[in-house]
Amino acid sequence: MSTMRSLTFDAIIIGGGGAGMRAALELAKSGKKTAVLSKVFPTRSHTVSAQGGITCAIASADPNDDWRWHMYDTVKGGDYITDQDAAEYMCSEGPKAVFELEHMGLPFSRFENGRIYQRPFGGQSKNFGEGGQAARTCAAADRTGHALLHTLYQNNLKNNTTFLNEWFAVDLVKNADGDVVGCIAMCIETGEVVHVKSKATVLATGGAGRIYASTTNALINTGDGIGMALRAGFPMQDMEMWQFHPTGIYGAGVLVTEGCRGEGGYLVNKDGERFMERYAPNAKDLAGRDVVARSMVMEILEGRGCGENGDHVYLKLDHLGEEVLNKRLPGISELSKIFAHADPTEAPIPVVPTCHYMMGGIPTNVHGQAIMQDADGNDQIVGGLFACGEAACVSVHGANRLGGNSLLDLVVFGRAAGMFIESALNEGVEYLDASESDIDSAMTRINRWNESSGGESVADLKVELQSIMQNAFGVFRQEDNMQEGVKKLAELRGRIAEAHLVDKSGAFNTARIEALELDNLMEVAEATAIAALERKESRGAHSRYDYPDRDDVNWLKHSMYFPLEKKVGKRDVNFKPKTVDTFEPKIRTY
Amino acid sequence: MVTNITNLGRSGLSDWLIQRVSAVILALYTLFIVAYLLFNPGLDYYTWSGLFAQTWMRIFSLLAFISLAAHAWVGLWTVTTDYMKSTGVRLGTQLVIILAIFVFLVWGIQVLWGA
Amino acid sequence: MSMLQVSIYRYNPETDSAPYMQEYQVDTQGRDLMVLNILEMLKAEDTTLAYRRSCREGVCGSDGMNMNGKNGLACITSLSDVVKNNKLVLRPLPGLPVVRDLAVDMGLFYKQYERIQPYLQNDEPAPAIERLQSPEERDKLDGLYECILCACCSTACPSFWWNPDKFVGPAGLLQSYRFLADSRDTATQARLAELQDPFSVFRCRGIMNCVAVCPKGLNPTRAIGKIRDMLLANAT
Repeated sequence: MSTMRSLTFDAIIIGGGGAGMRAALELAKSGKKTAVLSKVFPTRSHTVSAQGGITCAIASADPNDDWRWHMYDTVKGGDYITDQDAAEYMCSEGPKAVFELEHMGLPFSRFENGRIYQRPFGGQSKNFGEGGQAARTCAAADRTGHALLHTLYQNNLKNNTTFLNEWFAVDLVKNADGDVVGCIAMCIETGEVVHVKSKATVLATGGAGRIYASTTNALINTGDGIGMALRAGFPMQDMEMWQFHPTGIYGAGVLVTEGCRGEGGYLVNKDGERFMERYAPNAKDLAGRDVVARSMVMEILEGRGCGENGDHVYLKLDHLGEEVLNKRLPGISELSKIFAHADPTEAPIPVVPTCHYMMGGIPTNVHGQAIMQDADGNDQIVGGLFACGEAACVSVHGANRLGGNSLLDLVVFGRAAGMFIESALNEGVEYLDASESDIDSAMTRINRWNESSGGESVADLKVELQSIMQNAFGVFRQEDNMQEGVKKLAELRGRIAEAHLVDKSGAFNTARIEALELDNLMEVAEATAIAALERKESRGAHSRYDYPDRDDVNWLKHSMYFPLEKKVGKRDVNFKPKTVDTFEPKIRTY
Repeated sequence: MVTNITNLGRSGLSDWLIQRVSAVILALYTLFIVAYLLFNPGLDYYTWSGLFAQTWMRIFSLLAFISLAAHAWVGLWTVTTDYMKSTGVRLGTQLVIILAIFVFLVWGIQVLWGA
Repeated sequence: MSMLQVSIYRYNPETDSAPYMQEYQVDTQGRDLMVLNILEMLKAEDTTLAYRRSCREGVCGSDGMNMNGKNGLACITSLSDVVKNNKLVLRPLPGLPVVRDLAVDMGLFYKQYERIQPYLQNDEPAPAIERLQSPEERDKLDGLYECILCACCSTACPSFWWNPDKFVGPAGLLQSYRFLADSRDTATQARLAELQDPFSVFRCRGIMNCVAVCPKGLNPTRAIGKIRDMLLANAT
């Protein structure tokens, strides 16, 4: 592999979504030689699809709002396996990060007094759950993610960030000490494979919703960073925690924002009953997403679902009136007409819980440094490796993320990682160079595909993987089903290792990209499955028929999945915020 | 900003304005001539040359000629920059166009004031 | 039910000396699928077919292409919107170099976007909270900021075809006006100075193809008109 070209940077950021570009912006301003490597043009990243807003206590809708209340909601929403130091950092730093976005030009909607518009979202409260519903989600109509992503891209242009657009990161390169010193990457347009050397490698590759058959996620959400980290032997945290968004459009999987319910919409069953009043008497339709999603499935299972097959429910919005819909939810009206053939001013939108967000990911501290465990189970920093955004598990979302917290996570921890890397680079970090054999081992996978001469097709195997995950690891889970799923996945892994890449051409070969993505999906799916089987309780998004209760004695812990042994361990949750008292675990009701 | 030296007003805005104003003048002139012809059926040479003997008509006509020249320059210059990608061909054509416009304009003035 | 006849522009720079149209037949089972669904079905069979796609819901702008002669996004264009006589012809966006099959080189398009300095410029020190903006001022950005950079408009614009290196094009100009119209931006004079040449803005001939094809229902022609008004007001 000595003919391979190499590119050298101080920091390489893999992923051009919100987290990656926020980190890049910080580093570009610092003058460090950095590049964002993204498999799509940055504004095509999945952040663009975020709709409802970015939750943050900027005290606009309510001048007395307090970030501690937001922190309380976040910890409770995460069913108490949220790391409280991380939630504290996110909620307290949040306003700064949001105001920065506004100063960069993000076109937030406004209140009459000229301040940023905030709408109610699920799981939000005032005064630590005592003061009723809060309105804390800052919004740019229902296109907040789009506005945020474009604003970040624009400001990276302003600061002359280097972009490697339409480049695909294949695998991490580790040196003899086990530090990450770069990656192998491929230019999609030409097919050229290069060795990217860097002192800091940031995985900001987003989620992996495509492990499920039905997901709100973009087709590109294949967990590439998670796959790379797992293949490099690094552990994953809380991978069993997958959020099912209550309102994915039935059939299409396209997301309809929680902001619809924030603006006053509600769910009804086939009898027209507003059923959330039964499941969450106080918060109703604005209970945590896991709670709402489960309630919907219960309605469907008990025969009160809508439609011919009784397999979905309706989201009713017509009572909000045309003005609110046009002003506050214009994108939703558009999506509903296109994908559900329903005009929300007249007809309800058919919706069903749909895979939406990966709470788990690469365990990191608040600086984005990736964490592994030593033989005694103590945290250990991985040299050279960082993660932020959905790919990371800081963990601010615990077992269930609150709506609007993902965008805040992106900007707060993207920014934090950028700042930390800048200071680390200033202090001077040096790692051993990767040897020829280190690089060769990172090339194993792409070489395997390039040399494949027979075997099954990537598309077929992907469909199979997605159906296994959908059937065994959905909203409700149980032992025998999951065991079966894990077994099937193990078998599928063998077949994927033998699969065939027919087209071996160089230029814009999307077949090769899809093959490489399939490996990543496989890694994520297996980590999810094995961790889900291991967590013998119900907490947040992880609901088991066979263990319906939360088990704080054994499982007030993060799960840690170790890929080499395919074993699951535990990691302590942080209960020590620096400036506020610990929020002690309570029974979680809405 | 894209720089150019062969367009009329040296700025897109002035070219744009010149084209609009000249178009209005040409429209008014055309309307006037058409109306004049309609209201003067059986028009003879003496009436016609009498019209053009009047100073205001000569000024109006000169204004129309200059407008036509400017309008043509702006319009044809645009056409050359749209469709002629070889610098030699484009510049050559532009010079021919400008020359022709100049000749027609001087000739027009001669016809108008020379009578 | 007869099979849908799909004809797709194919070109692989490594193996083809010239582009050609390849014919496919797709059994839609009578469903009114999106064009992107058809491509995904074909891709599962013929993995060499290349195109871009990401969000599959019309917000990322990846899959702009020419479908039966009209630019649009494959993911939100249903067969019933576009298919005539049971035939679907897919070509790359016109006017830009083809990288492979339906994927074009968007370099020139992005360059024109970058040229208009698509970021907020404000020379006053930022306050500790957000900059205030009234709902009325914010309303001026509606119909502008929603652009997804799919290039459907610019590649449908004859003026952009002839001068893609000099004419900013409808997408770039829409964004230019998005910042000119923003009450928080203080670089209006500098922005206008960059636009007054005969090409950047004034190559727009009001053909309005951009308006006809914009998948987000935006109106670049109107924005261009507003820029012209600002230039005029500024210079007279």
